[in-house]
Amino acid sequence: MAAAAARWNHVWVGTDTGILKGVNLQRKQAANFTASGQPRREEAVSALCWGAGGETQILVGCADGTVKHFSTEEGRFQGQRQCPGGEGTFRGLAQVDGTLITCVDSGILRVWHDKDREASSDPLLELRVGPGVCRMRQDPARPHIVATGGKENALKVWDLQGSEEPLFRAKNVRNDWLDLRVPIWDQDIQFLPESQKLVTCTGYHQVRVYDPASPQRRPVLEATYGEYPLTAMTLTPEGNSVIVGNTHGQLAEIDLRQGRLLGCLKGLAGSVRGLQCHPSKPLLASCGLDRVLRIHRIRNPRGLEHKVYLKSQLNCLLLSGRDNWEDEPQEPQEPNKVPSEDTETDELWASLEAAAKRKLPDWEQTQGVLQARRRKKKRPGSTSS
Amino acid sequence: MAKAGDKSGGSGKKGLKRKASTEEAQETAVGDDGTTESGVQSPKTAAFPPGFSISEIKNKQRRHLMFTRWKQQQRKEKLAAKKKLKKEREALGDKAPPKPVPKTIDNQRVYDETIVDPNDEEVAYDEATDEFASYFNRQTSPKILITTSDRPHGRTVRLCEQLSTVIPNSHVYYRRGLALKKIIPQCISRDFTDLIVINEDRKMPNGLILSHLPNGPTAHFKMSSVRLRKEIKRRGKDPTEHIPEIILNNFTTRLGHSIGRMFASLFPHNPQFIGRQVATFHNQRDYIFFRFHRYIFKSEKKVGIQELGPRFTLKLRSLQKGTFDSKYGEYEWVHKPREMDTSRRKFHL
Repeated sequence: MAAAAARWNHVWVGTDTGILKGVNLQRKQAANFTASGQPRREEAVSALCWGAGGETQILVGCADGTVKHFSTEEGRFQGQRQCPGGEGTFRGLAQVDGTLITCVDSGILRVWHDKDREASSDPLLELRVGPGVCRMRQDPARPHIVATGGKENALKVWDLQGSEEPLFRAKNVRNDWLDLRVPIWDQDIQFLPESQKLVTCTGYHQVRVYDPASPQRRPVLEATYGEYPLTAMTLTPEGNSVIVGNTHGQLAEIDLRQGRLLGCLKGLAGSVRGLQCHPSKPLLASCGLDRVLRIHRIRNPRGLEHKVYLKSQLNCLLLSGRDNWEDEPQEPQEPNKVPSEDTETDELWASLEAAAKRKLPDWEQTQGVLQARRRKKKRPGSTSS
Repeated sequence: MAKAGDKSGGSGKKGLKRKASTEEAQETAVGDDGTTESGVQSPKTAAFPPGFSISEIKNKQRRHLMFTRWKQQQRKEKLAAKKKLKKEREALGDKAPPKPVPKTIDNQRVYDETIVDPNDEEVAYDEATDEFASYFNRQTSPKILITTSDRPHGRTVRLCEQLSTVIPNSHVYYRRGLALKKIIPQCISRDFTDLIVINEDRKMPNGLILSHLPNGPTAHFKMSSVRLRKEIKRRGKDPTEHIPEIILNNFTTRLGHSIGRMFASLFPHNPQFIGRQVATFHNQRDYIFFRFHRYIFKSEKKVGIQELGPRFTLKLRSLQKGTFDSKYGEYEWVHKPREMDTSRRKFHL
């Protein structure tokens, strides 16, 4: 039951205890999924990304260096692969053209062939990005371009099909008014749509916009917010502003055209670990160390929509980008069908007596297969809609 | 007519009282010549336009008089009602309906979804593998370092000394202006498990930072109502070297559980304890009361207690993941007064 309903979950959250939680906001239910059936702290989820084929598969990066495949259609883990190399947890996970891109804390970025049956094959490509990576992000428009950044590790944009040198290497801002070097700590990176620009948020509470197309390697725009490190960032649907969260649980929307603060969102009590906006609706999902998943409405009016208490500390989240928030347009029809078929079988039971005992189970099994086939046929139709 | 109007206008008793007062008011108002009657005579049948209240009388003395008379009437009626209820209860005896429970803020507490269910496996696993697991598995025994903010005054110093007698295996060190971030690696190398810093302001201790050491959470509390040993009335003699028992009351939510475990990990874990000393951390309405007593069982059910030791009240300000790093650390919970203190019936611990 939970497995069948898994594809209607709106938000998928990864926790510190290794559990993947699927939350259905319409039904207000949360379901736990684990690979081994028991929560294990060694499998703490550190990165999540959608797999190939729309939003039917999720790639879960765990702290022990494995990447697990989870199918939302079936609601269970399908397989895993070891991605060894480098120390530290996964800081970024992406997939392109049947290959898997992983980046770990110590700066080793590897591209793997995505046949999860093979336990450990050598990586197709390996890049050393520099130690202390905090985030690796893939450009949604050009999937073979990735950006990395971290603590004392400046922003670099890499082309995985190109050379070993980065496409763009950001330069640090000028020395401050005391002539001291400004430290670098890029915590989160986002690619702005319809341009080559990137936005980063730093641990020194700055939000910076870089433009590789312009001759200057220094940030084009810099804005500051608050006094605490900014840990997560997401783009709003219109693309003119970003929403950032810091270690105190403060969420703010910052306009990128002027570098102004547009407004704040309240409610979180702990450090923000994951933020994602819906691509078309004005909804923002946020999760953090206070163990609560919150959905905020960003405009008209700005406020909290849903709040779900999930018992473990939440590390990262994936918000489903589908348009119809209501689930199961087909399922109400199926229960109607099942009773009618039951009445048919009842009649059969009545007509076929003891002589047909062997045949009846076969008949029911074929009925079940037919239903499953019907369901399977419907699935491609439902996900595409 | 007006009487009826009054009765129908007002609600029950209020209508009656208003009738009495309005009658008097009318008497005093109408009877210009009957000034002698004001305030002394019992109310007569007089009517007043409904909606008249005592506050509309412009004369202050008369208004005050009216009000005191109304108040006395109220009190009399309330007493009469109570007596009547009591008589009815006695008359019914056993069949009397149970007494209604008075509403208190603790009773009316808003339902908190984070209250831990004892059968919850996920929370149980989370707690079994958190930073205090090594203490609760008896792998480490506590060793505490107590210090203060820089240049403490007498009260704070004495509080530290008394705290070190209350908490076994604790050592007090003078702060000497050292940065906490430099003290912490040194403590870890010397096998300390917890660090307590008592912050002082204007010669009074007002804050407590409790940091669990290898990489554990740091809790920052506001401290108030500090009473040293000599300020406690009817206290017993000084505490002995016995390891105290610990009582943690009312830490129900998930955050409360974390803080409760933090307090529990300060004291050595020994179910077969000797000695009759007990340290209590009682949480009520998000305030944690610390008391230290010595008890003696006089019989099966009667126990005598003597309060020893210092006494103070704590309120949690923030819980930070990792050792002390207020600027760059990640916070698990931060108290935000304008967002979290809007309801008087909502508590977080």
